[in-house]
This record gives sequence, structure tokens and C-alpha cells, in this order.
Amino acid sequence: MGDIQIKKSTEKYDVIIVGSGAGGGMAGYVLAKAGVKVLMLEAGPFFDPAKDSKQLQWPWQSPRRGASVTRAFGDFDGAYGGWQIDGEPYTLKDDTEFTWFRSHMLGGRTNHWGRISLRMGPHDFKGKTFDGATDDWPISYDDVKPYYDKVDRLIGVYGTVEGLENDPDGIFLPPPAPRLNEIFIMQGAKKAGVKVIPGRGSVLTKPLPGNNDRGACFFCGQCNRSCKAYADFSSSSCLVIPAIKTGNLKVIPNAMVREVVVGKDGLAKGVSYISKDDMMEYQVNAGIVILAASACSSARILLNSKSTTHPNGLANSSGIIGKYLHDSTGAGMSGILPQLLDRKRYNEDGVGSAQILGPWVLDNKKLDFPRGYHIEFGGGMRMPSYGFGSNVPVVNGILPGRDGKMKDAGGFGKSLKDDYRRFYGANVGMSGRGMAIARESNYCEIDPNVVDKYGIPVLRFYYKWTDAEIKQAKHMQETFESIMHAMGAIITSKPAGKEDNYGLHTPGDIIHEVGTARMGDDPKTSALNKWCQAHDCKNLFVTDGAPFVQQGDKNPTWTILALSMRTSEYIIDQIQKKNL
Amino acid sequence: MNRRESLKALGITTISTGLLLDACKTDDKKLKPVSGADDLGDTELTGLEEFEKERLRKLKKEPAFFNEHERATLIALGDWIIPKDEVSGSASDAKVIDFIEFIVKDIPEHQVPLRGGLKWLDVQCLNRYEHSFTGSTEQQQLEILEEIAYPKKAKPEMHQGAVFFSRLRDLVATGFYTSEIGVKDIGYAGNVPGHWDGVPKDVLAQYNLSDV
Repeated sequence: MGDIQIKKSTEKYDVIIVGSGAGGGMAGYVLAKAGVKVLMLEAGPFFDPAKDSKQLQWPWQSPRRGASVTRAFGDFDGAYGGWQIDGEPYTLKDDTEFTWFRSHMLGGRTNHWGRISLRMGPHDFKGKTFDGATDDWPISYDDVKPYYDKVDRLIGVYGTVEGLENDPDGIFLPPPAPRLNEIFIMQGAKKAGVKVIPGRGSVLTKPLPGNNDRGACFFCGQCNRSCKAYADFSSSSCLVIPAIKTGNLKVIPNAMVREVVVGKDGLAKGVSYISKDDMMEYQVNAGIVILAASACSSARILLNSKSTTHPNGLANSSGIIGKYLHDSTGAGMSGILPQLLDRKRYNEDGVGSAQILGPWVLDNKKLDFPRGYHIEFGGGMRMPSYGFGSNVPVVNGILPGRDGKMKDAGGFGKSLKDDYRRFYGANVGMSGRGMAIARESNYCEIDPNVVDKYGIPVLRFYYKWTDAEIKQAKHMQETFESIMHAMGAIITSKPAGKEDNYGLHTPGDIIHEVGTARMGDDPKTSALNKWCQAHDCKNLFVTDGAPFVQQGDKNPTWTILALSMRTSEYIIDQIQKKNL
Repeated sequence: MNRRESLKALGITTISTGLLLDACKTDDKKLKPVSGADDLGDTELTGLEEFEKERLRKLKKEPAFFNEHERATLIALGDWIIPKDEVSGSASDAKVIDFIEFIVKDIPEHQVPLRGGLKWLDVQCLNRYEHSFTGSTEQQQLEILEEIAYPKKAKPEMHQGAVFFSRLRDLVATGFYTSEIGVKDIGYAGNVPGHWDGVPKDVLAQYNLSDV
């Protein structure tokens, strides 16, 4: 075996961005548009939805028919990777549970996400002030609102103006019309006293004003595959590829970052990475380094970036990197709407994001847990894929046949074949996504014993739910049940109870993990200042989910985009003022 | 237990052991790949990671997992589960067996339950009808399927058969309804660029939702 060499690039960039998802993509876009020379390192391959999406493929065009063998959400899904990646392990501490979804590819997880685009509300930013249950951010909703507005205009989001206290309205495109099952859900929810509004999603239900590079939605309902017409938001299609076109941004794919290289002055000098193409070590330099590798990957890079000036890892004099890790809570319920048996067939693909949404509007004074959750709904006449109809031989014993007679569950032959048709499109599902409290005691750290196949020390997780999250899941189940009953649905999912934390998902399952390098005014209790700039290293920024002090019950992507845009404008300002 | 003892334990003393052996033995001879070993076109390979492409190519080239007897039994069972009717063709018309042959290599957890379940079924039939499942009469096949096709009603001694049948039924349903024939049968009308204006008027009227 030959000597290991580190290839040092002589090319100098203004900024290096690690990661190309929502946070990295937005930073790359804003900076490149402003004429800043940017190098973007992405741990996975290049991915352009226009060429690489599986959109409009039929189930028979995959021999595994969409089964989740190589991709967690099936082989038409737009996200590479998943909760387990060969050769890139992570470990758990003390029998706690955490599951970590990674997608190494241009655009990262934004290629397949649900496009549910929610702003955090005033209370979400100021939780301590509001009810004391969580910490305050150093910034308020009013600080972020102008950036949410700009993100809405730049990327596009549909929705309706509702005037809700903690679910701020945006600049909306028209929402899609509800499907039949969604009309029944809205009626049932109304009866049950649960608020349901049109959904909010980053899908271009109409052409985006002033943008000629992206097409409008053609309603195939397959946003999870990524859109060939660029009609939904993926960081690849909407941010990185346009940034490349400016000539100011270069992407190096398959570059797995090892650490941030620090100079004698304690400032970031560049980044070292291993290329998956040739397994060689590289180092690239720039005046500014932005980490946007995903909350946990960025924490891992920081913790692995130990130097004489930063012996605890970079930006970690407070010892806070990795701590306050939190993922949204999640629980679900599914059922059958008997009124939809034998329903008429027509195309109801709609959009592939939430067409309706149940925002959290309840008063916690009457509840035994803080804050709450929003509800997402599913169901309808979807494209068959692996697992199709597997509930039919179960539910055909619960509901009477067309002749009004009951029969045993199961069966075969013409009568079963008829049941598959009878039950098609009659299913309905509900999922809660809620606020989990960011706690210092939930964290990721470097496992002292384990490295991945690139020789990079891996993360070890410690995460425990508490009563606050479990009681919230219980409330979700009760709410779902009340809606199911009010619309005459039959619940088919396994009843959830105390013994399984009311169906509360394993932390990490919901893929909203944030908080591992939180911002704050006090360098002793935070890693970054309110501009996502490291207290300990002024030319280092983090623009993914890591700076979150506390998420709300909102999916984090829209906030990541807004904060990344805000940070990028701050960087431009600081460059102009020669502070950086 | 040697073979004679096990046959005795099964209550089989007089029937042809050759038949039993034939039904139960795994083919030693190297099986050829089934079909479509090199039919991976641009559509299938679009947007796949390199390791995903390699995996598909490798699996497609692997020899068949099921021997000819197992394959014939699976085809017969598939057509019992999804027969031809006035709307569409059968599981075998939709080449469900090719999907099953692929998926047991792709998801190896299916292999033992399916292979073992097929043997369980053959031994049951042999016990009762002195023939393997496919060698039994249509009436006999129907009789045994009735005993394993309704999990809640299956007698305790038939539970393993019911578990096997439920797994196979789900795989057959996937194989059929994800085929061109099956998608047409179920009436899925999407996967085409179009416009979504909401629920059609006649459907709203059907559910008294015209005012919504």
C-alpha cells in the first residue's frame, strides 16, 4: 500500500458549502447570484430531477414494483439512502433509540420530501416567554418573516390566508381542490370539532410569477419522486442547478467531508474530504465555510474538527454541539370509509403534498402537555405498488359484502378479486406531527470506538421521549379516533396504547431532526449567534437544521430555507463591510 | 428421525414414496435464470445509484430460486387466488410468477416461508389425497385451500398453512395489481399529466356533496 497523500487544491473560493439540501442549496443560490465564488461539496452523486426522476413510471417498470429494498420509501422514491447506509454506521448509547435518515445526493432529502411548507409561528420562536416549556430563540418571528416572504416568492407555496395565531399566512398560490376522501375528512373533522384547512405545500399549482425555468404542476401526485418539470421544491432543481448556471458555483459530488481545517489563528481555512470516486484525500480552501450537511452530519463534522485552538471540536467551547437534538413527534391511524366502497373511478392524483391540513389551535390550559401537533391526511385511489391490497383479506371480514352478508376474512378466487376492487380507494389515513421539546439530555456525540468505511469517526445517539411527547401522542390518537368516528370510518390500524407509547414513532423516524448546534446570544449556552455564525469562529456558519433552538409542530424545511437566506445575506453584507 | 420414521410419523406407509420424494426434493441441478435476465432497459435504470443497478443486474442473472415443481405449484396457487373473470385475466396471465421469482431473491426473507409452505402444502395433500397439490384434483385443491384461506377460522393444525397462504396471497396481489393487466382491472386512472379541478360533479352528486 502506498503512502496516503492529501491533494490540496490551489483554486481558492470565497465560500465552501458542505451539503446541497435546503440549507446548502439556498446559501449557494443567494451567494452565487450575488457574485460570490462558491464551491459546494456534496457527499452523494449529482442528481437532476429533469433527467433522474422516476416520475410517471408505472409499477411494472420496476421488477420489485416499488418495494422498499434499496430505498426506504420504495424504488420510485426520489431519495437515495435511508435510515441505514452500507458502510456508514451510527451507534446508540444505553439502549436508547434513534434512527437517522441520510440522503447523499444533490438536493439531499428535498428530492422526496412531502413539500409541506409551514412557517413557524411567534410562539414557536419564543417558547419560554409563551409558556415556559421550551427555550427562546434569540430571534423572533418578526425577524424571520421577511425571509419567509422572500422564500414564498422565490420558490412558491400554495395555501390559504387563515389568520391563525401561530400558523402565520404566507404569500400563497391557490391550493388544490380536495379529493373525495378529503371532503369526508373535512366534514368529519368539523363534526368532531377539529380544525382542518387547505394544505400548504411548495408545489406550483400555477406558474410561478417571474420564473421561466420551472414548469407548473401537472397533477400526477408524485412529488416524492422529484419533479421533471421542476414544479415542486427540490433544492437540486430550484436552487443548486440555477446557481450553477450563474457560473459562480461549482459542485463536487461524491465528496464526503471529514473535517473543517482550521488555521493557527483559529479561523476556518477550508475543508478536507475523501472522494468516493477515487478514495483519495483532498483539501480545499476558502475564506468562509458554511456547513449544511444536515443537523447531525454538521454536528459530526464539527465534533471531528479538533485542533489546538479548538480542542473540543470546532464551535464547541460551550460543549453544546450535538446536544438539544430533537425530531418531531409522530403517530398515525388508518381506516376504511365504508361510503367509498365500490367508488367510481377517475384520476384523483392531485398534488403530491398535503391537500388539506389540521393545524394546532387548541388551548393548552385544558391539556396535560405543552404545545401540540398538526395533522396530515392520506388515502384515495393511488397507483398500486408493492404491498397493494394487503389489508383487503383482513377488512373483507369486517364489512358486509354487497349482498349485505358478513363473511370470513381472507379468501381467494373471484370473490376475493371482487373485494380488491370493492375496497380500492376507500382507505383513509391520519398522521400527527408535533412539537418535541429540545433537551440537553438528548444528543449525538462521537462514538469513541467506531469509524465508518472512510475512517471517519461516527455518531452515537442518546435520545429518550418524555411524558410531554407521550401525552401528546395519546391526544393524537384520541383526536384521530374522534374524526374517524364522526365520518363513519372503520379503524383498521392496530389500537395504540400505553404499552407502545400510543404509537409514538421512534425519534428520527419523522426525519425532522434539528437542534444540534443551536443559536443563542450567550456563547456558553449556544454554538452559533443569531446569524448562524459560530461564536468561536467568525468565518464558520451552519445553515441546516442544526441552528434550531426549538422546532414547532411545523415541518422544518421552510424555516431552514428562510434562515439560510437570512444568513447568506448577512454574509454578503459582512463581506462588503470587510468584516469577513 | 430417518426418512422411514418420518414417513411413519406422517402416517404415510403405503403410498408411493417416489411421489413424496419428488414433491419434496429440491432440485440439485443448476437452474437457469427464469426470464428477462437482460431486459433492464433505460426506464428501469433511470436515476438509479450504481449499487442499485448492479444489484438488479446480478439478481436478474441468478439461477431460478424455485424448481419446476415449486414454480408450477405457485402458478396454480396464483390462479386460485386471482382467476380470470369477466373483467380481466388471471395471475398467470399477468406473469405474477416472474415477479415472485424476482422478489424472493430481492427480499430473501420470503424464501424459507414460501419454500417451506409449498412443502407443507404438498405433504398435507399427500397425506389426504395421495398426490402433491398440483397432482390432486381440482375439488381436492379447493378443499385444502378452504382450510387455509381464512386465518381466523383455520384449525390449529392448519395454522402454518394459513400463514403461508396469507403471505403468498399478498405477493400474488402485488404481482397482479402492479402489472399492466391489474392496474387496468383496478381502474387506477392517473399517472398522466393533466389537471386536477376537484371531484367530478356526478360523483359529488352521488354523495350529496354538490353544495360543498
